[in-house]
Amino acid sequence: MLGRSLREVSAALKQGQITPTELCQKCLSLIKKTKFLNAYITVSEEVALKQAEESEKRYKNGQSLGDLDGIPIAVKDNFSTSGIETTCASNMLKGYIPPYNATVVQKLLDQGALLMGKTNLDEFAMGSGSTDGVFGPVKNPWSYSKQYREKRKQNPHSENEDSDWLITGGSSGGSAAAVSAFTCYAALGSDTGGSTRNPAAHCGLVGFKPSYGLVSRHGLIPLVNSMDVPGILTRCVDDAAIVLGALAGPDPRDSTTVHEPINKPFMLPSLADVSKLCIGIPKEYLVPELSSEVQSLWSKAADLFESEGAKVIEVSLPHTSYSIVCYHVLCTSEVASNMARFDGLQYGHRCDIDVSTEAMYAATRREGFNDVVRGRILSGNFFLLKENYENYFVKAQKVRRLIANDFVNAFNSGVDVLLTPTTLSEAVPYLEFIKEDNRTRSAQDDIFTQAVNMAVSIPVALSNQGLPIGLQFIGRAFCDQQLLTVAKWFEKQVQFPVIQLQELMDDCSAVLENEKLASVSLKQ
Amino acid sequence: MAAPMLRWGCRGRRWAFARVDGGSCHRRGAPTGSTSNQIRGESSVAQQPLHTAQKTRKGEHKWAAVVGLEIHAQISSNSKLFSGSQVRFSAPPNSLVSFFDASLPGTLPVLNRRCVEAAVMTGLALNCHINKKSLFDRKHYFYADLPAGYQITQQRLPIAVNGSLIYGVCAGKKQSQVIPKTVRIKQIQLEQDSGKSLHDNLRSQTLIDLNRAGVGLLEVVLEPDMSCGEEAATAVRELQLILQALGTSQANMAEGQLRVDANISVHHPGEPLGVRTEVKNLNSIRFLAKAIDYEIQRQINELENGGEILNETRSFHHKLGCTMSMRDKEGKQDYRWFMPEPNLPPLVLYDATSLPAGADPQQVINIDQIRETLPELPSVTREKLVQQYGMLLEHSFTLLNEVGLLEFFQNVIKETRAEPKKVTSWVLNTFLGYLKQQNLAVSESPVTPSALAELLDLLDSRTISSSAAKQVMDVKNRNPRAINKLIGLVRKATQSRADPVMIKEILEKKLSL
Repeated sequence: MLGRSLREVSAALKQGQITPTELCQKCLSLIKKTKFLNAYITVSEEVALKQAEESEKRYKNGQSLGDLDGIPIAVKDNFSTSGIETTCASNMLKGYIPPYNATVVQKLLDQGALLMGKTNLDEFAMGSGSTDGVFGPVKNPWSYSKQYREKRKQNPHSENEDSDWLITGGSSGGSAAAVSAFTCYAALGSDTGGSTRNPAAHCGLVGFKPSYGLVSRHGLIPLVNSMDVPGILTRCVDDAAIVLGALAGPDPRDSTTVHEPINKPFMLPSLADVSKLCIGIPKEYLVPELSSEVQSLWSKAADLFESEGAKVIEVSLPHTSYSIVCYHVLCTSEVASNMARFDGLQYGHRCDIDVSTEAMYAATRREGFNDVVRGRILSGNFFLLKENYENYFVKAQKVRRLIANDFVNAFNSGVDVLLTPTTLSEAVPYLEFIKEDNRTRSAQDDIFTQAVNMAVSIPVALSNQGLPIGLQFIGRAFCDQQLLTVAKWFEKQVQFPVIQLQELMDDCSAVLENEKLASVSLKQ
Repeated sequence: MAAPMLRWGCRGRRWAFARVDGGSCHRRGAPTGSTSNQIRGESSVAQQPLHTAQKTRKGEHKWAAVVGLEIHAQISSNSKLFSGSQVRFSAPPNSLVSFFDASLPGTLPVLNRRCVEAAVMTGLALNCHINKKSLFDRKHYFYADLPAGYQITQQRLPIAVNGSLIYGVCAGKKQSQVIPKTVRIKQIQLEQDSGKSLHDNLRSQTLIDLNRAGVGLLEVVLEPDMSCGEEAATAVRELQLILQALGTSQANMAEGQLRVDANISVHHPGEPLGVRTEVKNLNSIRFLAKAIDYEIQRQINELENGGEILNETRSFHHKLGCTMSMRDKEGKQDYRWFMPEPNLPPLVLYDATSLPAGADPQQVINIDQIRETLPELPSVTREKLVQQYGMLLEHSFTLLNEVGLLEFFQNVIKETRAEPKKVTSWVLNTFLGYLKQQNLAVSESPVTPSALAELLDLLDSRTISSSAAKQVMDVKNRNPRAINKLIGLVRKATQSRADPVMIKEILEKKLSL
């Protein structure tokens, strides 16, 4: 049951094959068994069980709230949750309990979803590995998969198993690990420059960044307000569409949400025919750093579309090479501004120094933020200084417009969706990852995702090492349904293998056997 | 930019005032905490009045002062600019604070329609161009009563620009002539108010009240078209009347609903403008005039003594009557303030021609519709008074400037047969004179409009003489001399047999005092 998709388990709930409480308990015990993955910062066991109980009553009375009723979900720990600690994986917010729910959290709860807990991330979502949070790094469940372990046994150079685990990617690595390890059916991430799509690619999941303005940001603790979008991590495209259906729509508390009518629910048709589609391949995305495996899969994917009758053309996004540096200026500037509120006065960490307000601010912020956050605040403030403003911030805004126009031009030339890699390569071991600093890593890891408004990463195949590789489909803003429809067709063609976690599960084999867990779905 | 030159004839009175001010400051000695620099500056004012300096230089080195104002008017609205919390003066501390006002992470601003309408209305009343598209920016600084670490304001593209304010300055021998003056309005911007800090030095702690944090402000920027304290004070008074007539701000300075900062510099006419200082903490119109004149005088003296003016912020100490540098330990502030507020889309307004068909009236603001609802402005009210009652323009100014006086006047007019000119004279001279003498506001007057109307009727029908009427006013105003006079008459009539205390009691009863 745990290995099923959200849609499947939802059907099982409706048919009474399993109750929400049973489902909830299974997920909770799996969360405990997989604690070493460090996917969750807070497990909201009591809340989840209580929600499950209420959901169960609704099912008994035939008053189910819909597809999400009774479905265990997880939420990245940068979404405010009423009464549940929300830390952003930072000392600054340890112990901070928001008095309100983010709109997206509220919407999921209103649909009857069960909140299993809050997931780990890079501090304030600043990172691409989920390694830089105050609660420690998240481990990629694929490190423990049969697929990866078998490949590694063949490799005589493989190092010590225990220290050789892989990163999840980030910054929504906790959410990705939580879904990938079957502890929940969907999770909220946040995506600014790839924070949902990147870990989705590394964990073999669907990672979706909806159009900016389609989903409310109210309650999401911001990284870059002008680019942040609540992201969705699921095991398949249909599940992402169900969650999007629950989240999308205008929010009076977020003035940047659009009022345009949306087709609800987001039911995705099954495309029988792609011959009317035009797929664009941006030539600038073929960078030297791209691993040959990813490049080959990318080209095979293009061939697949072409062989099924789609038009596949090369397009140019000429300003792509500026996107990383442009993102750096805009991101750090907004970070510097957004982080100004963390001064220890109203909430969160406060130092013991009380000689003056200024001294208190300085010490509080030094103690509360890690090096990465402080570094970005420093850069951002530098870019926003009067004498630098024109040369950096204004220039970066202009470049952003040029980059955005590249996409508009590509879509206006008749392209329906763009097909690109999501990341340069598969997930790397933690020990290798931390050889480079956060800034270098983010620049490399988010190279294909930073400039993009609306896109989805779809798992395609396993690498030679037995690790997932994802490809990205980029769509025209507010054509989310069209994009997911194409992604769904592609997903069906590639038949990405299910993660085999028997070895990991052996530890909790009792749980699995006793409950006669659908080993079908855990094995392949 | 041509700055108006100081004209000595008309403004002699004011300069005399400035001299006395400096002198008194000197006599009081240096306040604790002030620096020797300031004491020197103040002493020199006393030792070398401007007047003298002018004479010795035979007009070659005339000084011109340039004054610009930044005025913050609290918008009269039920809720705050970007949150749903109530706006109320003197509510218990921190009782009107939403999650957004306390800058809880993840909260977002939602613009209050009423505040936008108030800004448009004020802009129209001040002859501004209303920008159909305006933007919000963040101005950053760390301060305990600014929880987000930035203020949302409109720096780059404000809601209204290029307006003008016409005000009247009294001139002539008896200050009885009104000369109209115009000050250009650079812009009106919508912005958030900050909270309040209460410093408890004894326990070395600061208490924060966020009730005011996030209340909508209109920042009205007046170009440096004024040249002295009186002009600035009159312009501010006119703006105050306009805001009150519009209902866009209660504009009560004592309650902090209208706050003024003045930018002041002096230079020789024809030469580039001098270095300016900014004077803050001007919380009454009287102090505004005083502070500006003091600061002009201080700068002139500083320069004439070979000193230089620092581009600094100064604060006015009303007890000492002088301005003092607000030494900023942090040094120069860089507000990093052009950063666009990413959580608010551009504010788009419409007029009759641009209004999209079928637009939801709840979702759009129509400038033309607001223009139609503009109430009568003070300048129009004054014109009407002049035309309707044949009074002098300066009389109409006085009627509007004194709170409640216009209404009192109109009520008297309604109830009396007396000539309007006579009513004007009685209200402005006799009645207002008594109030001033006894330091009363119109609302505190013991004389009701009906009583004055009745008195003027008696006068009109020649039942009583003018001097008798004045005596009645005296009595009505509880002038002890007038009552004693009546007591004397009664005693005389009773050949001193009546008890004065009893006479007084009976008289007061009869006069219903």
